[in-house]
Amino acid sequence: MNLIESARFAMRGVTANKLRSLLTTLGILIGIAAVIILLAVGAGTSNSIKDQIGKLGTNVLTVSRSTAVGGRTGAVAGQQVAGNRSRNTNLTSADEQSLTDAVLAPDVAQTAPVVTAQAVTATFSGASHAVASFVGSTPAYFSITNNTAEVGQLFSSAQESSATAVIGRTVATDLFGNNSGSAVGQTIALNGQNFVVSGVLAAKGATGLNDPDDVVIVPLGAAQDKFTGYAPSLNSIAVQAKSADVMNQAQNEIQMILDARHNVTAATRDYQVRNQAQVLTTATSTTQTLTILLGAVAAISLLVGGIGVMNIMLVTVTERTREIGIRKAIGASRGNIVSQFLVESLIISIIGGVMGILVGYVVSSFPIMGVVPDVQPWTVWLSFTVSAVIGLVFGIYPANKAAKLRPIDALRYE
Amino acid sequence: MVSAGAPVARVAAVASSNIPVISLRGVSKIYGQGEARVTALDGVSIHIRRGEFVAIVGASGSGKSTMMNIVGCLDAPTHGEFKLDGMDVSSMDEYQLAQIRNRKIGFVFQNFNLIPRTKAVDNVAMPLAYAKVGRVERKQRALAALDAVGLSARAGHKPSQLSGGQQQRVAIARALVTDPVMLLADEPTGALDSHSSAEILDLFSALHARGRTIVMITHELDVAARASRTVRMQDGRIISDTARAAALSGGAV
Repeated sequence: MNLIESARFAMRGVTANKLRSLLTTLGILIGIAAVIILLAVGAGTSNSIKDQIGKLGTNVLTVSRSTAVGGRTGAVAGQQVAGNRSRNTNLTSADEQSLTDAVLAPDVAQTAPVVTAQAVTATFSGASHAVASFVGSTPAYFSITNNTAEVGQLFSSAQESSATAVIGRTVATDLFGNNSGSAVGQTIALNGQNFVVSGVLAAKGATGLNDPDDVVIVPLGAAQDKFTGYAPSLNSIAVQAKSADVMNQAQNEIQMILDARHNVTAATRDYQVRNQAQVLTTATSTTQTLTILLGAVAAISLLVGGIGVMNIMLVTVTERTREIGIRKAIGASRGNIVSQFLVESLIISIIGGVMGILVGYVVSSFPIMGVVPDVQPWTVWLSFTVSAVIGLVFGIYPANKAAKLRPIDALRYE
Repeated sequence: MVSAGAPVARVAAVASSNIPVISLRGVSKIYGQGEARVTALDGVSIHIRRGEFVAIVGASGSGKSTMMNIVGCLDAPTHGEFKLDGMDVSSMDEYQLAQIRNRKIGFVFQNFNLIPRTKAVDNVAMPLAYAKVGRVERKQRALAALDAVGLSARAGHKPSQLSGGQQQRVAIARALVTDPVMLLADEPTGALDSHSSAEILDLFSALHARGRTIVMITHELDVAARASRTVRMQDGRIISDTARAAALSGGAV
């Protein structure tokens, strides 16, 4: 009596009750497919974030206020508030210009002042769109943030305070439909203020976490004129270092200049310098946490599937008590009975596992909520192993129960 | 009805061997403890030699089923010594008992006990699978055993497609396929109509005529009349043990 023999007896057991075996298999199938798909979505999200890092440029630094005082808190919502709240902090255009000092800041390539406004709604002939990111800046902002016009053109420095807007692809699609080219030259209303669309930005692609194309960029003057007012404070300063390799030097130079200008030290600093890449790294680790959570949910469904296998094997053992008695009477040893039932539960869970892997692959080949899932080979091996282990673990108890039956009791069982 | 087969060789072996197939000495079986204590077998001693056809008769509760379980190595005695084919079974572990059941004993049950949804030939071959016999030989021997009980034409049928008598013949073929030292039959005609019963009993008689050792548990006296020796049991003891020359083998063939 070898393993092939056990497998043949076990296969007979599996096929004896096809619907039941199929449903049990389905439990494992769903669990395995869920693990593969969810981990693939996690990996896909992480990929697109890495992609985005590349698109945003790895040499961009953002200087932002770290303390918000007075009525301007809304403007920096979402940014971490740290340091001494009692101190009034301003980032001014003078600060911005001071950073382009070729002597004090040799590693800074260019800078752009940034003001933002929250809750901006764009409307155009009945269509309306809540803009996720409304930015007022100078033309340098486009090159720092790696933005180019797909149709139309970007505004120039000559249009400093004209009511001109450059809109992202998402905004264009929402307001003008798929023919975003028709947007150029149209007048849209931003919170009721009229702006002429001069260009549509080339799409960067959504990442699932946020949409970089859901953006409206207007000249700094226009933004201050119509949204934020002419208070000297900027929301942030976008700084481009000369290359990704000199990010740290550029950051030190910025801090040196601003520390002197603001009369602060490292301990009392009222602004912070952040690296875009670092921000996205933080986002990546958030994604990883999310992936782990998703994986845990999938693992739970796999566990439930495993319990289903055990449940069915227990039913099978009870149902076939008599058969077990007969087999024992004609000479089956404990080992024979254990291997027969163990192989049976292995067959169920491995078939479920293999089918789950296939389903996982098929589903993962479609984008899910804007994310292109990336099936990780290790998850396939892992889930195959897990399905085999489930077969073993959840099969051992029922198989042992079967093997321990005394033949006379089993034969008497009706 | 019964064709010649390997069992014929056993006749010669019978003469040369004086070791009893079954040797029980003061065997007791006690179930339960305290108030619930039941003595199912009470110091039973019996020897069954090769080639004997023994009927064990008794009312229900007389201990005959317990005796069958012990003789069939399905249950261990509480006290006493049991030797099967010269081997002391009482000291064996579970694995050895499984081997003994596989190689030394052929079981025939009242309700046939075939594995459902499994072809007759596979049912017959099953003990050989547990005896680690190769697939090809297994099939040959299973077909030969089915032939020996006159069912070779039904080898591919499943139990549900066979009549009771045919199922019992498949069970007998399964019991014979490992060439055991003894056939152990528990009320083999209990679930059959009179015509099928007669056929099955004829088959047993014919097997006995070829030298098979048969132990049959029954409560029907006309069934017991086929045997060469009748052992009566009551309250866990043997109350009579008579050999009857009149019921010698082969008469019915």
